[in-house]
Amino acid sequence: MMRAMATRNIFMSSCTSTTMMIISFLAVGMIIAGTILVSSYRAIAGPGTFNRVVAANIIGTKAIVLLIIVGYIIERPHFVDIALMYAILNFIGTIIVAKYLEKGELCSP
Amino acid sequence: MLAIDVISTIFMAAGAFFMITGTLGLLKFPDFYTRLHATGKCDTLGQILIILGCIIYEGFSFITIKLLLVSAFYIFAGPAGTHALMKAGYVCGVPVWKKGDKRM
Repeated sequence: MMRAMATRNIFMSSCTSTTMMIISFLAVGMIIAGTILVSSYRAIAGPGTFNRVVAANIIGTKAIVLLIIVGYIIERPHFVDIALMYAILNFIGTIIVAKYLEKGELCSP
Repeated sequence: MLAIDVISTIFMAAGAFFMITGTLGLLKFPDFYTRLHATGKCDTLGQILIILGCIIYEGFSFITIKLLLVSAFYIFAGPAGTHALMKAGYVCGVPVWKKGDKRM
């Protein structure tokens, strides 16, 4: 029983959320959500394709951080797994879009 | 416990400052290359500082390793993506802003 609980405590989060930390997490999350909202202007009205790609890249980066912050706010920090997968997807998407715009094709023989 | 909270709050505030700075650069700079230069800071430094604050708050557990993994992946992936995008723009012939030109 004790051994099972010790094993479980390693895999669970060890955070006991105090009021100050909830307030600071909420403040940082609201700041990041506001910056996402503001930088979507460049994604909608940016001149040309490349400015829109830059805005999409930066929105993806901020979404990763916002996912981790939201996971701490609702006391479920296992959102980090989803954040890691989303980081990999964002990087691969940026690289593929850059290569397609540069060469006009994806895999040349 | 209070010291840990204060330290992690300071780190996350620094990360939020860099996020706001990168967004201001994305909106206000006159060119594609300068905008990409501004958002590179937001990619690496802002994200790593906020995740470092979360790591300090979390202590040592299994989630800390995953947070370190996200952060260490983005140290390599963010500048690589930025460089690939900037090289694609340079090859495609996106015009370069010089002093005195109009904003584009």
